Amino acid sequence: MSTEHHNSTKYYVPDQSIWPIIGALALGLIAFGAGHYTIEYSNETKGFGHYVLGAGLFVLFVMLFGWFRDQINESRSGLYNAQLGESYKQGMLWFIFSEVMFFLAFFGALFYARMIAVPWLGGASNNAMTAEVLWPTFEAIWPLTTTPDGTTTQAMGWLGLPLINTAILVVSSVTLHIAHVALEQGNRGKLKLWLIITLVLGFTFLALQGYEYVHAYRDLGLTLQSGIYGNTFFLLTGFHGLHVTLGAVMLTIMAFRVFAGHFDKDNQFAFAASSWYWHFVDVVWICLFVFVYIL
Amino acid sequence: MSTVVADSHDAHDEHHDHKPTGIKRWLFTTNHKDIGTLYLWFSFIMFFLGGSFALVIRMELFQPGMQVIDPHFFNQMTTMHGVIMVFGAVMPAFTGLANWMVPLMIGAPDMALPRMNNWSFWILPVAFLIMLSSMFVPGGGPAFGWTFYAPLSTTYSGDSTALFVFAMHIMGMSSIMGAINVIVTIMNMRAPGMTYMKMPLFVWTWFITAFLLIAVMPVLAGVVTMVLTDKFFGTSFFNAAGGGDPVLFQHLFWFFGHPEVYIMILPSFGIVSAIIPAFARKPLFGYASMVYATASIAGLSFLVWAHHMFTTGMPTFASLFFMYMTMLIAVPTGVKVFNWVSTMWRGAMTFETPMLFALAFVVLFTIGGLSGIMLAITPVDYQYHDTYFVVAHFHYVLVSGAVFSIMAAAYYWLPKWSGVMYDEALGKLHFWCSLVSVNILFFPMHFVGLAGMPRRYPDYALQFADINAIVSVGGFLFGFSQLIFLAVVLKCAMKKGEKAPAKPWEGAEGLEWTVPSPAPYHTFDTPPEVK
Repeated sequence: MSTEHHNSTKYYVPDQSIWPIIGALALGLIAFGAGHYTIEYSNETKGFGHYVLGAGLFVLFVMLFGWFRDQINESRSGLYNAQLGESYKQGMLWFIFSEVMFFLAFFGALFYARMIAVPWLGGASNNAMTAEVLWPTFEAIWPLTTTPDGTTTQAMGWLGLPLINTAILVVSSVTLHIAHVALEQGNRGKLKLWLIITLVLGFTFLALQGYEYVHAYRDLGLTLQSGIYGNTFFLLTGFHGLHVTLGAVMLTIMAFRVFAGHFDKDNQFAFAASSWYWHFVDVVWICLFVFVYIL
Repeated sequence: MSTVVADSHDAHDEHHDHKPTGIKRWLFTTNHKDIGTLYLWFSFIMFFLGGSFALVIRMELFQPGMQVIDPHFFNQMTTMHGVIMVFGAVMPAFTGLANWMVPLMIGAPDMALPRMNNWSFWILPVAFLIMLSSMFVPGGGPAFGWTFYAPLSTTYSGDSTALFVFAMHIMGMSSIMGAINVIVTIMNMRAPGMTYMKMPLFVWTWFITAFLLIAVMPVLAGVVTMVLTDKFFGTSFFNAAGGGDPVLFQHLFWFFGHPEVYIMILPSFGIVSAIIPAFARKPLFGYASMVYATASIAGLSFLVWAHHMFTTGMPTFASLFFMYMTMLIAVPTGVKVFNWVSTMWRGAMTFETPMLFALAFVVLFTIGGLSGIMLAITPVDYQYHDTYFVVAHFHYVLVSGAVFSIMAAAYYWLPKWSGVMYDEALGKLHFWCSLVSVNILFFPMHFVGLAGMPRRYPDYALQFADINAIVSVGGFLFGFSQLIFLAVVLKCAMKKGEKAPAKPWEGAEGLEWTVPSPAPYHTFDTPPEVK
């Protein structure tokens, strides 16, 4: 808080940087390319979309690399003060809060479909006649394995792979916490060991999740197009998977930095932020497991 | 709030006022004042662009029958007008004001995360280039209104929807980053002694606005994503045939959309709460109650979204809940209006341009608020829904509300930004032209709306012809009046005018008036002590 730092004589104000505007350019290329690629994909035409998208992703990668390199160098040369560290921490926590709200939109869609949309289609509330006239054979059940227009699919069970994945992710949160505690205690060996274990668990989760998608498409006929059940299943697990991927990339970078001798008890914002992010994706998964798989 | 500055700022501030030059200064800047200026100019350009789209709409509606453009283009104009004004004009203007003023008001040297600040600004022009480019895709641009209701945006939309969605995504990222920056700045960068309950109300209202932004912009990202997958990748979130529901779109959209409209008005409350005390030469009446009222409005904004959806066939208990919650918002809003009026009570008032705009804000925003209460009443909303009455309502709160407050802020702080006084005669001319024309423009819309004229139609029944002609005249008058504002701002930007003192307004309070005008490139390198 501000009162803690007023004895520091000067504020630290970062220098100009070329990276932010390159980041804006990258996002622009990604958005423009992804938009055109989507149009070309749906019209089954060939165009420039994927080139622009690829260029955008490349520029984004260069930007992230450059920006973080500068940031790490500045941090390690001791330019930053406690107040800036506090700003980073708060910024990261608000970012995670925004991610929570992003997932809430998809959970909201899931709850609305289960509690309201599907029952109403089946004639609940005051919709008895509508259901009778439009879709007399429609059965309002969840998971919705037969949609009103007759698309059928099989539901994904929660035993087996999803349960194993839950265990893996929960354990990885614990192992990461052990690594974090080891960092605070200055026990580098223990830190390296548990961080590596966390990474192995994280990538195992992603691999199993990939296998689950194959299983869904190949064996269950559960696809993105399988009506509202498949829609919510794939968008929720898909966005979660993307976030796990991002978290795993962050932790991989942290592992490289740990092996390069970075971080100590007082200087570990990047590690802490990656670790919060990992715990966040873990919590999202637990909600997913309960609401998408079990219930 | 009484801010007494003991050790205002060190004199060496001015001597260390070196800044980068040329185009690089603007492209790579991490300076909150530069970025604030960029935001404000961007918003000004978008204001004219969105305004010219509105004039196309008013041109078409000047007479009944199809006059100038075809209906599809008319729909593109209503969509782009809304998108540009909301995301390109009003929100960036407020972010620009926050960038300029929040660090000055809390005694911080800059925003908490200056490089992210640059990033969040430069995303905006890029995003709007993509948004505008979507109008040149075969099949035309987005034509489903800024609210992009499904199935208009899914089943019945054109290819350009993909560009609309991705432009919205990066625009949302920009807003979230901007909001995180503001909120962290306020929580972490306040000068010693600047406790929460000493912060100027503009800082308070932006603090709460930033929270709303971080909470709802991700929901917008989620809902545009579902529109994208519904349209292009075969999902059926908003399609009953696959088990979804078009009404789900409206729930998700308005869960974002209602806090969003408060995002566009809460900073206005802060601006007006700075200006009225300054020109009434009295401290703000009821500072603490203003803070609590703002927080209550923000809290309630999450519980009222479905008042946009009374005619969708919601269960009656849901309609009643949302009706009562909405009407409850009148209470904290009434507290605010009461406090502004009480601040002026027996004040030694003068009527410079910022004060004129602030006063017009109080009156006209209240009119818009009262028509909001009418719309909140479920049974009568069945008549008002999707008519010009709604258009009149939200333009009263957005144009004579939000936009007027932004203009008031610009006049109030232009001397601080540019170092010269704006042209008072031109300012007054701008005010009176705007005040008269904005009412010619929007007041008669209430009547055609009550008489049943639907919004978003390029043509209308003959009985609405006279009033529509008057509205169009008002529209063009209002649009061209803004050129006076442009002239005022350009004169200041070119430093043509009387040199401004550090504190040009006798009754003004706050740390921003303790630094010279124009504010030096770096201020508060050493934190001031606030007592």
